[in-house]
Amino acid sequence: MKLQEYTISKHNFEECMKCTVCTAYCPVLQVNPMYPGPKQAGPDGERLRLKDPYFFNYALKYCMNCKRCEVACPSDVNVADLIQAARIRYDRSKPKLRDRILASTDFMGTLARPFAPVVNGVTRLGVTKSVMDATLKIDHRRSFPKYSSRSFESWLRRHAKEQAAFPEQVAYFHGCYVNYNNPGLGRDLVKVLNALGVGVQLLEKEKCCGIALITNGMSDKATRHATHNIDAIRKAVTDRGLTVVTTSSSCTLTIREEYPNLLGVDNADVRDSVLMATRYIFERLEKGATLRFRTDYHKKIAYHTPCHMERMGWGVFSEKLMRMIPGVEFIQLDSACCGIAGTYGFKKENYEASQAIGAPLFEQIRAVNPDIVACDCETCKWQIEMSTGYTVENPISILADAIES
Amino acid sequence: MKFDTIIIGGGLAGLVSGISLQKAGQDVAIISTGQNALHFFSGSFESVEEPPQRMADLFSEAGIRLQYRPGVRLMPLGTFRPATLSLDDINLFPTPRFAKKAMIVNFTGYHDFFTDFLAEGLEKQGIPCRVQLLQLPELDVIRQSPSEMRSVQIARTMDRIWEKVVQEIRVRLDDEDTVILPQVFGLQDLSVPGRIRQGIPAQIVFVGTLPPSVPGIRTQMLLKRRYEILGGTYLMGDEALKAHIHDGVVHSIVTRNLDSHYLEADNFILATGGFFSKGLKSNPFRIYEPVFGLDVTFAEDRNTWYSPDFSADQPYMDYGVKTDASLHALQDGKPLKNLYVIGSILGGTHPEFGTAAGLAVRSAFAAVDQILS
Repeated sequence: MKLQEYTISKHNFEECMKCTVCTAYCPVLQVNPMYPGPKQAGPDGERLRLKDPYFFNYALKYCMNCKRCEVACPSDVNVADLIQAARIRYDRSKPKLRDRILASTDFMGTLARPFAPVVNGVTRLGVTKSVMDATLKIDHRRSFPKYSSRSFESWLRRHAKEQAAFPEQVAYFHGCYVNYNNPGLGRDLVKVLNALGVGVQLLEKEKCCGIALITNGMSDKATRHATHNIDAIRKAVTDRGLTVVTTSSSCTLTIREEYPNLLGVDNADVRDSVLMATRYIFERLEKGATLRFRTDYHKKIAYHTPCHMERMGWGVFSEKLMRMIPGVEFIQLDSACCGIAGTYGFKKENYEASQAIGAPLFEQIRAVNPDIVACDCETCKWQIEMSTGYTVENPISILADAIES
Repeated sequence: MKFDTIIIGGGLAGLVSGISLQKAGQDVAIISTGQNALHFFSGSFESVEEPPQRMADLFSEAGIRLQYRPGVRLMPLGTFRPATLSLDDINLFPTPRFAKKAMIVNFTGYHDFFTDFLAEGLEKQGIPCRVQLLQLPELDVIRQSPSEMRSVQIARTMDRIWEKVVQEIRVRLDDEDTVILPQVFGLQDLSVPGRIRQGIPAQIVFVGTLPPSVPGIRTQMLLKRRYEILGGTYLMGDEALKAHIHDGVVHSIVTRNLDSHYLEADNFILATGGFFSKGLKSNPFRIYEPVFGLDVTFAEDRNTWYSPDFSADQPYMDYGVKTDASLHALQDGKPLKNLYVIGSILGGTHPEFGTAAGLAVRSAFAAVDQILS
C-alpha cells in the first residue's frame, strides 16, 4: 500500500521506544559532550529532520559509526545507519583536504608504494608530524601505518599459476591495508587456505571498499566504489562460482551492510557469498577439513573483537579458530571500542577523545599481559599497538603461524 | 556450530542459567537481541521466599554481593514495596518508618531523579525532609548537553569524584539521620557506595532513577564477564529467527547474523522475556511467541487483554508461553523434549510488583537442574 511507503521510515526508526540503552554504550558520548548521543542524533533527531531538514545537527560528524548503539538496541533500530544516512542526505559542508587525503586510502597507497622506504621514514619524523598537524590538522601524536614497497596484488599475480592448481578456489577481497601496508597478512591467508586445499584468486579489479569515504562526507565517490566492487564480486560469484573471502571486518561490514543500507547499492544476489575468512575456514573445518598445528606453539592470546565484527556477530568464528590451536591460552577482552574508528582518531580534533575512549581497553590489555593481541581490524591494530606497545595480529596470521608449514 | 546448550535471551534468567551450565562443564552459547531488562533492574528481588544460598553464591562468584533482609524498599516516587533480597547497596528496611529526618540530595541539572515526589512520600510516613541540590563543577561537561545528562553519564564521573560528594554532604548535614541519594554510584568502581556510607555520619539510602539503571548495568556487566571467564559464548546483538524441530526435539536455530550457519545444541533454553523484550509479540488477533511458535495463554476476546485504566492490573501481563510442570515448552499441546522456558516469557510477572527478577532466577535454576540431571 502506498500509504505505508510514506509512513514507515527506513532503518527501523519507528521501533525506538526511547529506552535510552544505546546512550549507555556510545563510546563518544562518554568523552565528548558536543556529541548529542545516539538517541538524539538517531531516532529522536530523525523525527525532526523528517519535518524540516533545518533540524540537521552538524555535531553528527562526531559519530564514529562504530555501531555499538545498534548492537545494544533491544528493538533492532539501526541507530548508526540513521545518523550516517542523515549526514549523507543533509550535510552540505565540503570535505576538507585533510579528510580527502585520509579517506583516499587506495590513492595514497598507489602514490606511496614506489617510495615506501622514503615515505615510511618521512612520516616517522617529528618535523613531518608537526607540519601535518599544523597544516592538515592530522594529530602529531599519531603513528602512521607503514607502506610496503611491493603490493599484495603483484605478489599474488606472480603466484597465480600455483594457486590455480588447487582443487578448490576462492576470491579474496584484500582491501587497501593488505595491498599497500601489510601484504604479509594476505600471504598468511594464502598459506592457511592452501593448507586446506584451497587456492586464492584476485577479484578482476577491486577498489577501496569506501568506508572512509562515507564517514568523511564523500558518499558519491563511495557509491562509485561500491558499484564497481559489487560488479567485480558478482563476476567472481556468478561467473566463476567463487566465495569471496576477506580479512578486514570493516571492509566486510561495508560491502555487506553499508552498500545497500547507506549507499543504495543492491548486493542481495552476492551478499551471502562475501564472508570473513575466519568464518569460511571454520565452516570448512566443521565439514571435515583439517589443519595440522605445530606442537611447539605456545601463546597467550587476548582477543579484541572489533566494533564492526561485533555488529556482524562473527567474532565467534575468530574465537573458535584460535581456541582450536593447541598451546593457546585464550582470553576474550571486554567488549569495548579502541577509539580509532578508521580515520576518526587521526584527526587533531578527535585525538584526545579517541585515546580516552580506548583507555579502558588499553588498561585491560596491560593487566592481562598477553603475548599477542588478536584483532580482525587494521585500524584497531594501529591504535592498540601505538597505545599499549603490544603486538596485534589478525587471527589469520596467528593461524598461519600456528600451522605446520 | 554445535554447543551443549543454547540459551536465547541474555538477561538475568539467561545469564544465571548460562553461568550455572558453563560452571558444570557445559559449552554454552547465549544469543541476545541487544541489551536486556537488567538495564531497568531495581536492584532487589521481591519473590524469593527463603534465604537463597545458591543464588547468593552464584552472584558472589561474579563479584556481586547480595543481602537477605525481608522488609520494604523505598521506590523512586516515594512509595514502598516489599522485598526480601537485594544488591548490597540497595537498602531494605523493616518498616517504611526508616528515618527520623532525611536530607534528599540531587545534582543540578539532573532531571531523572524525583526529589519532590520522594519528599512527599516520606512526609506521609511522618519523616520530615529537605532537598539539597549540589552544583558540582565536575558535572559541567555533562550539563552542556542537558538531554544527555543521564544516570550512566553521571555515574562515570562519580566513580572519580565521589569524595567531593561526601564532603559537600557533610558540610550540609544538619540534624538529619538519613541521606537519600540517586543510584548513580559504583558503575565501574564497586567500592564507591560503601565508601560513601563510611564517609557520611548518617544512614545512606540509594534510590532508583529513570533508566538506564546503574546497579542493573553493573550487574549485567559482572554476570556477563563471569560467564565469559567460564568460557561461555555470548552472541550480543544477534536474533534467533526460527528453529528446526523434528519429532518434538529442537535440533538447531537460525539467527539473523549467522544466516545459513545453523546453531545446534542438545538442549535449548528460551529466556527472551515478555512484550518489552519481544519474547512475546502481539497483533490485532493473537499473542504469539516468534521463534518457535509455542503455545501462548491469552484470552480470545481482544477487548479483555487490557484494562482501560492505565494504572490498573493489566491482564496481558499474565499471558505467557505454556509449559508442562518441568518447564518444557508446549507446541500444539505437546512438550518439546529439549526446550525449557524460563523468566518473564512464562507470564505472570508484574513489573510494578518487581516479580520478574525472582522468577528469572528460580526458573533458571529449575531448568539447569533438569539439563544437568
